[in-house]
Amino acid sequence: MRRWALFAAPGMAWLAAFFLVAFYAVVAVGFGNVTDVYDPVPHWNPLEWNVGYMLQALEDIAPGGRTWPVFVRTLLYVAIAVALSLAIGYPVAYYVSRYAHGRMKALLLILLAAPFWISYLMRMFAWTNLLADGGYAATVLNALSLDALLLDGEDWLGGQHVAVVMGLVYGYVPYLILPLYASLDRIDERLIEAARDLGASSAGAFRRVVLPLSRAGTLGGIVLIALPMFGDYYTPDLMSGSPRTAMLGNTINNSVQGGPDKALGAALTLLLSAFLLVFMLYYLRELRRENAL
Amino acid sequence: MKRSRLLPAVTWIYVVWSLLPVLIAIRFAFNEGRSRTTGQGFSLRWFWTDPTLSVRNDPTLASALEHSLVLAGLSMVIAVPLGTALALGLQRWRGRGSGVSNVLMLLPLVTPELVFAVGLFLLFTSAFGFIGLGTTAQVIGHVTFSLSWVVLIVRGRLVMIGRDVEEAAADLGAPPWHVLRRVLLPLLGPALAASLLTVFALSIDDFVVAQYMASGADTTTVPMRIYASARAAPTPALNALVTIMLVLSLAALALAWVLGRGRPVEPRA
Repeated sequence: MRRWALFAAPGMAWLAAFFLVAFYAVVAVGFGNVTDVYDPVPHWNPLEWNVGYMLQALEDIAPGGRTWPVFVRTLLYVAIAVALSLAIGYPVAYYVSRYAHGRMKALLLILLAAPFWISYLMRMFAWTNLLADGGYAATVLNALSLDALLLDGEDWLGGQHVAVVMGLVYGYVPYLILPLYASLDRIDERLIEAARDLGASSAGAFRRVVLPLSRAGTLGGIVLIALPMFGDYYTPDLMSGSPRTAMLGNTINNSVQGGPDKALGAALTLLLSAFLLVFMLYYLRELRRENAL
Repeated sequence: MKRSRLLPAVTWIYVVWSLLPVLIAIRFAFNEGRSRTTGQGFSLRWFWTDPTLSVRNDPTLASALEHSLVLAGLSMVIAVPLGTALALGLQRWRGRGSGVSNVLMLLPLVTPELVFAVGLFLLFTSAFGFIGLGTTAQVIGHVTFSLSWVVLIVRGRLVMIGRDVEEAAADLGAPPWHVLRRVLLPLLGPALAASLLTVFALSIDDFVVAQYMASGADTTTVPMRIYASARAAPTPALNALVTIMLVLSLAALALAWVLGRGRPVEPRA
């Protein structure tokens, strides 16, 4: 019915203006030019596109280019942080969904959701208190001689890979646990019992029933935390602040917000979006299925 | 069984690890001394009594708190009606363009925040320069990424309600406008409460968009304040600020719980 389209019109116009056109602004600046004082001059007409900055960005991010090490570091950080998040998150979600009951389950679910109500920056800030010189965590870790094992230098907040990866895990693991929990909680208990009745060991039933059935939820959770990690610049900034631990997000942020290279920053943003497109499309498909859209 | 001991241990260690750092940061907010790394007595110095550095008396902290709340309030007031109308429209409208609209509505959820923020920043400094950066731009940013959440929450509720009640009202002679106002909107109550709460939480939590849309000191939010001073030898006043922010978030959650009696919806990244 036409009437309902009218209801949708203001919201769609809003999204078109402030989401679609905003994304096109990145394209227009990335394929645009700059003035003498390096202010970006967007080229809105595709026929007038200047590919110079895109070629520069491609050269930078290719092996041997100046952004290449940052790109590799970002991939490693995200891969390690996602793997650690899974190692922590899966057992937790599994325990809460299958073995916790009644009030205990309700309490655990509230505690698992609690980080959502504490701002991300606040949670990172809490760690800067703990890892600073003389902070509780730094003192304990140093007493265990973990500084000698894990650190390059003495200062936990002075450009350490360990600190940044830990920060990423700490920041994003709550977002992984809830979708994992949702998919594990949906698994019919009787399927596991049937597997056991048919002679599967406890581990066998887990491997052949639970793991396959939680695959979609696991992949969805991974994408859900990997996407924002790729655009993260504040976690490395707070947990380290050193160029040694800079991620792709830092490079983009530095060129768009601070530096004179807004056009280059826009081109890099486009490359990042292209790189993440597969993840975004996967997540989009999952969202449509979950919400039956 | 070995697993039955290991799993609860991992779970409880995780829960402690995920919340203890924040509790310790809150503890330091009540320090008497200037340290943010060890406990030093108890006082309200950093909240109230310190003449220049407390949240009450340091204008940069007090204004960040105020600005965060203003942004959250404005975002709620705009995003919830806009999103509710969009949800109603998308749920009922089946015609040319509805498929594309559904995808467009979901795109902000799957786009990394940095990409969206860079886009909006470049837009407001070029073609939409008449809007410019500042509070308006920040509100627009927050509304844009909150909108999809409102739509998902409201549509979930619309599916649950079904169309029976509306059809009954129409059969009994209610004009469409009355069906909407007297039947549908009251039934949507819990979803509207959950939407308000979600938009509040998303806006309060947001750092990237607020920072990219900011135009100066008076558009600084609490997360921006944290980002700017966390590594620059801050005093426990920063801890006091985050404590106040946390209490406000929990108060909003409790309020929604009491008013809605429904289950709150957790925002996702």
